Amino acid sequence: MEAVLLAFILMLSVFLGFELIAKVPATLHTPLMSGANAISGITVVGAIIAAGADLGPWSTWLGALAVFFATVNVVGGYMVTDRMLSMFKKKDSPSGGDS
Amino acid sequence: MSVEVLGSVYILAAILFVFGLKLMSSPATAVRGNLLSSVGMLMAVLITLTSKEILDYRYLAGAAILGAVVGVISARRVAMTGMPEMVALFNGSGGIASLLVGWAALYGQESSAFTLVTVLVSILIGGVTFSGSLVAWAKLSETIGSGAMTFAGQRVVNVLLLLVLLGCSIAMVLDPAWTFPLVFVVIGLSILLGVMAVIPIGGADMPVVISLLNSYSGLAACAAGFAINNTILIVAGSLVGAAGLILTNIMCKAMNRSLSNVLFSGFAATTKATKVEGEVKPITADDAYLILEAASSVVMVPGYGMAVAQAQHVVRELGELLEANGADVSYAIHPVAGRMPGHMNVLLAEANVPYDQLIEMDEINPRMENIDVAIVIGANDVVNPAAREDENSPIYGMPIINVDYARTVFVLKRSMASGFSGVDNPLFFGENTRMLFGDAKQSLSSVIAEFKS
Repeated sequence: MEAVLLAFILMLSVFLGFELIAKVPATLHTPLMSGANAISGITVVGAIIAAGADLGPWSTWLGALAVFFATVNVVGGYMVTDRMLSMFKKKDSPSGGDS
Repeated sequence: MSVEVLGSVYILAAILFVFGLKLMSSPATAVRGNLLSSVGMLMAVLITLTSKEILDYRYLAGAAILGAVVGVISARRVAMTGMPEMVALFNGSGGIASLLVGWAALYGQESSAFTLVTVLVSILIGGVTFSGSLVAWAKLSETIGSGAMTFAGQRVVNVLLLLVLLGCSIAMVLDPAWTFPLVFVVIGLSILLGVMAVIPIGGADMPVVISLLNSYSGLAACAAGFAINNTILIVAGSLVGAAGLILTNIMCKAMNRSLSNVLFSGFAATTKATKVEGEVKPITADDAYLILEAASSVVMVPGYGMAVAQAQHVVRELGELLEANGADVSYAIHPVAGRMPGHMNVLLAEANVPYDQLIEMDEINPRMENIDVAIVIGANDVVNPAAREDENSPIYGMPIINVDYARTVFVLKRSMASGFSGVDNPLFFGENTRMLFGDAKQSLSSVIAEFKS
């Protein structure tokens, strides 16, 4: 039952993902990609559980390593996306503000 | 912390991810969208940290701080031209994280066959994403050659690899006693498989590879979610998986190629394109100025060559001068210009080109006949009329920006060398084409100097 439920969630999220992302204009495809990439760093949640749940030394080490990589992905991904997006300006809007 | 509270916060985080992606549909709201999405991430992380499962914070905190520092530094320092490499590296780190989470899930619990299968899937996808991304990074940064690397029997080797992987996985599921010797084999082979998957793909196809790996990094997170029974991983991971797939599809269409064609063959160099003959008509910056000065509509067509020459700032300056002179200026962007989807838009945005002047290929092409001057800067294949006319050309059928329909075309080029795909370009010999030879940045600067004098 558990597996069926999870598969159900998977299916709905994939459809939702297609709907959402098909509407993103080509102009924003690079930020979309790095932003989506940052979201894939959600693995950090799993990594935290593996590292902190005291499942044994191996799990803790593997989990800690996973926390490191996933955090790089999350923090770097969101920051670089923000940096890119804040460069996009409409005509005649005040320039500057580059990070 | 009860399971209900944990679950509700995860749902809230998922809603923020969804809204974040929704706001990405316009440049005006995208910054907010990214912020919302990061708030969702922060919430998911914080609630997990405070859940009753977490007993030991020491290693966790150290690893997170270290990871954040590396993330911040790399996000701040990367140049916009280096964005594809950066995204590849981030993809890779997401992939290895999912592999490690899957691996860790094998310890400290009785694993059912279902768990074992999901663990194996997350190790496989995570490993392929990791090593594939590293190879993509190496190719993009030209640490290794960017061309396609193939050898005899490559497909046989890949099929064998997959079979051995499958065999190991089945053995592990059938008899848990095999889990610990074989998991190392599975990890090793997954990583090897990622390398084998990306080395045969050449430089011009990199936008496809990057988006595909992006999709994989999401799927890896999703698989890890199944392995540890965590819904937020499944939801967020599959959103990303879908994003990557859509972009992959767009890139393939923009090159008129199927995904399998990109993945399994180098750029088909076997077909012999019709030899182009004719005379090129060079032009000097002074003459180019006279034509531009009289033009009332100008389209710039930038390519990766412009970015490499760091000419985007002079391009924008020329654009502003032309506008001040009364001309209507726009920038035509081919979907595969640059090295990842939408890369050119970011490079122009960095040079302060307003995004409402960036026009997509399908929108500019019908208007091309009314354009006085099209300026091609460091783009080659994406404006090659052979894609439309020459059935023997390897790029035949690829949608292009029809600059040759404009009244006058300026092509800024260093020399007559051909582009990424190594195809001759009949545009250069066109009746209305003028070649402005030299470094794009210098050529444009001299035109700008004429305007200012």
